[in-house]
Formats: sequence, C-alpha cells, structure tokens
Amino acid sequence: MFTIDNKAKKFTFILMAIGLVSLIFGFVTDYLHYQEDPKYHFTTWPAILFNTYFYLGIALFAVFFVALQYVAEAGWSIVLKRVPEAIMGALPAFSIIMLIIAVTAILHLWGNHIYHWLADGITDPKNVKGAEGAKYPYYDEIIAGKEAYLNAPFFIIRTIIYLIGWIYFAKKLRSLSILEDKLGGTSIHSKAVRSSAWFMVFFAVTGSMAAWDWIMSIDTHWFSTLFGWYVFAEWCAIGFTTVYLVTLYLKNKGYLEHVNNSHIHDLGKFIFAFSLVWTYMWFSQFMLIWYAHIPEEVAYYVDRIDVKNYRFLFWFSMSINFLFPIILLMSRDAKRNHKRLVFVSAVILIGHWLNSYLLVTPGTLKTHGHIGFTEIGIGLGFAGLLIYLTLNSLTKQPLEPKNHPFLDESKHLHT
Amino acid sequence: MNKTTIYGIFDDEEVLLSSVKEIRSNEIHIKEVYSPFPVHGLDHALGIKETRMAITAFIYGCIGLTFGIALIYYIMISGIYKSWPMNIGGKPNWTLYHNLPAFVPVLFELTVLFAGHLMSITFFIRCGLFPGNPEVSPDPRTTDDKFLMEIEVDGDISKVKKMLTKTGATEINLKE
Repeated sequence: MFTIDNKAKKFTFILMAIGLVSLIFGFVTDYLHYQEDPKYHFTTWPAILFNTYFYLGIALFAVFFVALQYVAEAGWSIVLKRVPEAIMGALPAFSIIMLIIAVTAILHLWGNHIYHWLADGITDPKNVKGAEGAKYPYYDEIIAGKEAYLNAPFFIIRTIIYLIGWIYFAKKLRSLSILEDKLGGTSIHSKAVRSSAWFMVFFAVTGSMAAWDWIMSIDTHWFSTLFGWYVFAEWCAIGFTTVYLVTLYLKNKGYLEHVNNSHIHDLGKFIFAFSLVWTYMWFSQFMLIWYAHIPEEVAYYVDRIDVKNYRFLFWFSMSINFLFPIILLMSRDAKRNHKRLVFVSAVILIGHWLNSYLLVTPGTLKTHGHIGFTEIGIGLGFAGLLIYLTLNSLTKQPLEPKNHPFLDESKHLHT
Repeated sequence: MNKTTIYGIFDDEEVLLSSVKEIRSNEIHIKEVYSPFPVHGLDHALGIKETRMAITAFIYGCIGLTFGIALIYYIMISGIYKSWPMNIGGKPNWTLYHNLPAFVPVLFELTVLFAGHLMSITFFIRCGLFPGNPEVSPDPRTTDDKFLMEIEVDGDISKVKKMLTKTGATEINLKE
C-alpha cells in the first residue's frame, strides 16, 4: 500500500496555497481595475478556464486510458493500471471547477464574461447600434445564426451531461477494478470491457463537443471541424506524460516493482506518438486556413500571430511541443532513458500549458492578455490539487491489481 | 578432417530459442537459423549485431527531403529563369520560405517515400532476396512449420549432435 510522505504532502499543499493566493490576488486586482473602468475584462476567469481545460483534460484522459486498455484487450499496461485509475480521482474536483465557470458565465457573476455569445441582447435583431434602448454588445448576425446550439440553457445542460457522464464511467471502471481484486474470475473483466466500450462511444461525441463548447465557442465567429481532434490529441499528449511521471515517481519510491523498462518504453512511445499527432493536427488546421485565406477563418490566427503579446508564444509553444519529442525521443534507447524522458515530459507539459493559454486568452482578452502571477499561480495551484488527489486515491488501494486476467502477461512484458 | 554442416530441425520456436541459448553458452558457433516467421528475441540470443537499418532510414529520408526541396523549388518557385512561377491560392511566390507551409505535405511524403522504398530495397539486397536468386534455405520445410539451426563443425560432430538432441531437436541431418 502506498502512503503519502510528508514531503509530498507539504509540496502539494504549498502549491495549492500558491494557487489560492494567486486566485484571490487575481480577483482583487481585477475588481480594482473594474472599479476604475467598467469596461475592463476580468483576466482571472480566462486563467481559470485554460488551467481547468489543461488539468481536467489530464484527469479525463486517465479515464480514456483505462477504457482504451479494456477495449483493446491490452495486456502491457496492467501493472501500472492503478496510476491512471488514481489520476481519475481528480476528475470530480476539476468538473466542479468547470461547472462553476459555466454557471458564472451564464449568470455573468463576478465579472465572468468569457463567452461573448452569452452577452445580453447579442441575438436580438432590434438591438442594433443607434436604435432606441440599444446597448453594447449589439446584435450579431453570425452569433444569432448559431443560437440554436449556442444558448445558455442548452450550454449548461450539455456541460452537466458531459461531466456527469465522465464521472459516472470513471467511478464505474474504478469500482469494477476494485471488485475484481476481491472476487477474481473473468466476469468482471468482461463487464469492464462493456462499460469501456460505452464510454468510448460517449467520449467520442462528448469529448469533441466539450472542446467546441468550452474552448472553440470563445472565438464564436470562427470554427474548425478539426478542433475536437486537436484538443483530444493535446489531452493525450499531456495525459500520457502525466501517467509516465506518476509511474516514475512511484517507481523511485520503491513501489510498482513489476514495472520494467519495457513498460517505460511503451509509455515513451505514446508520449512521442501523441506529440506528433498533436503537431499533425495543429499543422492540418493551420495549413488549410493559411492556404485558403478566407477572412472568417484567418481571423483566428490573426488574433494570435499579429498580436505582439502572443506571437512569440504561438510559435514557441508549437515548436517545443514538436521539436523536443521528435529529436530527443526518436531512438529506442532514448525512450528507456529516464533523464531524457523526464526532460522531454517537462518541456511538453510547459509547451501544452502555453498552448492552452493561447486557446483561451486571445479570444477573451483580445490584445490585453499576458502571462502573469495569476496565470502561473493558478496553474501551480491546480497542479498541486491534481497531484494531491492522485496520490490520495493511490493510498486507497493496492498499487497492483490482483486478479486481472492479463496481469501475468504484463509482468512478463518484454519488447 | 572434413568440414561438416549439421542441420538441427525444431518444431517449436520456444524450444529453438532455449536450444540456441544453451548451445551458444557451450561455445559452439551457430552459423545460421532459418525460421518461417520472426522469432522474438532470437537475434539477441544469436548475438547478432544491432541492425544499422535505422541509420540507412535516416540517410534515405534526408535524400528524399533534399530531392523534395529541389523539386518543389524548381517547379513552384524558380522554373527556368522564373519563367512560370506558380501563383496558387494567392500566395506570394517569390521565395521558398514564404510558401513553405504549402510544401510541407509534399516534402513529408517524399521523405517517407524515399525512406520506405529504399529501406525495402536495401533489405532485399542484404538478404539476397531478388528474382532469380538461388534458394538459400537448406530445407524447404523452414518456409512452412519447421525451424532449422545450421552449425558448421571441424572434426568431431558427436558432441554437437548430442547437444542438439538434448535441447530438443526433432531431426538431425548432415552435409559433408
């Protein structure tokens, strides 16, 4: 059984304290600015949203990982299966944060104006400039055309469905895995396969839709049919990285005795592969828009490339997310080299964090966004929360499943 | 003394693998093993040097990339004295650098094409697999369900024969 040592506990609590302080700091400075200038946009909400996107993605990916192993009848990962199962433990907490964001956005509470299309009167044809009683933001024909999908009640209903569905499947897979330890046999395994298959169907639809609703709808006029896949690839890249880092941490602490270099090699392959898939998605989206050069599509990239605040980060995050994995993780030996894997993992976590920032901020804060104490502080705070919840659920169960049918195969994995 | 070639024939790849390990630990040199499919871990057990295919892949990829850049530069940018520069999609067509995003798929595909095809050709040449090449395998059953271990011995063959039988060979043939 795993126990959290004091060092780790202290570390995560310090991170969470930093998060809390920067959250309060962010809201106080935002409020003071708002007092001076009523048109001021709160910067804390976009910071919370992109961090939630990042960490909720990691927790959600863990459910996907476990389900994928069941559906594919994969044997290699069983000895480290409790790691993604533990990361799933962070899903409810981040879901609640996401729900708070959605609810406050709809009610326009505490300065949450992330979603432009939720603004009052924006879909009202009478609310045009110069008309009697009209007020900013004025009627927007494009947003009005999307009203059937992008409206407040439907938005909140969808958000709740996604979150509850994901948490339901996470709990189900976790409890089946625990039950299997007690009962043994293969009946529970086939039950888990069935749940996983349903989760896959559910996730295929809701994963994409969540990306549209929470992230893509920020740039309401713009759309990309690839966006769901793009977000999925990003979640996979950071998710595999997190699974690897937690596995390595436990391994260094002397747990997970059956995890050998072959398992690490397999995780390394996935980190490498999904970094490239992400770049592929990034480029596919970019190249078509760049080539076609249609104003309504290009606007998205103009907001990122032609704005001084984001230009460097835009190219920088993309480059490090692509170049570091492809150069440093190409060879077989590199994927078995912990120092190198940890270095690349750190780089791509930072790179994808910066990229998450760029998904949300240019659409909400326009040219005024910058990475400051609030953004980094909340990021660290959420990291602390994720680590704490993961370690906490690791303590609840033995670190190796006992009666999984493929356990023996996994113990003897050799590639 | 004549040089004798001994063929030990095996039914099962696990038995073959353990036999290879056992025979090699007795310092008997195994010349070659023939099998109908790749056996996991056999190359390691035989002590074969690490393949250099990865290096050739890199070189072939570089050739493909260079070829792609030259091709695209000639067709889309320079032409003969810039006689027919392509202006597709309203792109600037003065430099390769400005148009690069549009060329990335082409360059990528050519890199993969060159690396893939040249690697296959290299593999066939190194293995002597080309039309008209004589049969290499000493026993046609190795293309079906048997595994064959080839050992060349100078002098006394009884020790090797005994080793082979002990480690599970189902059949032993000799060739003077």
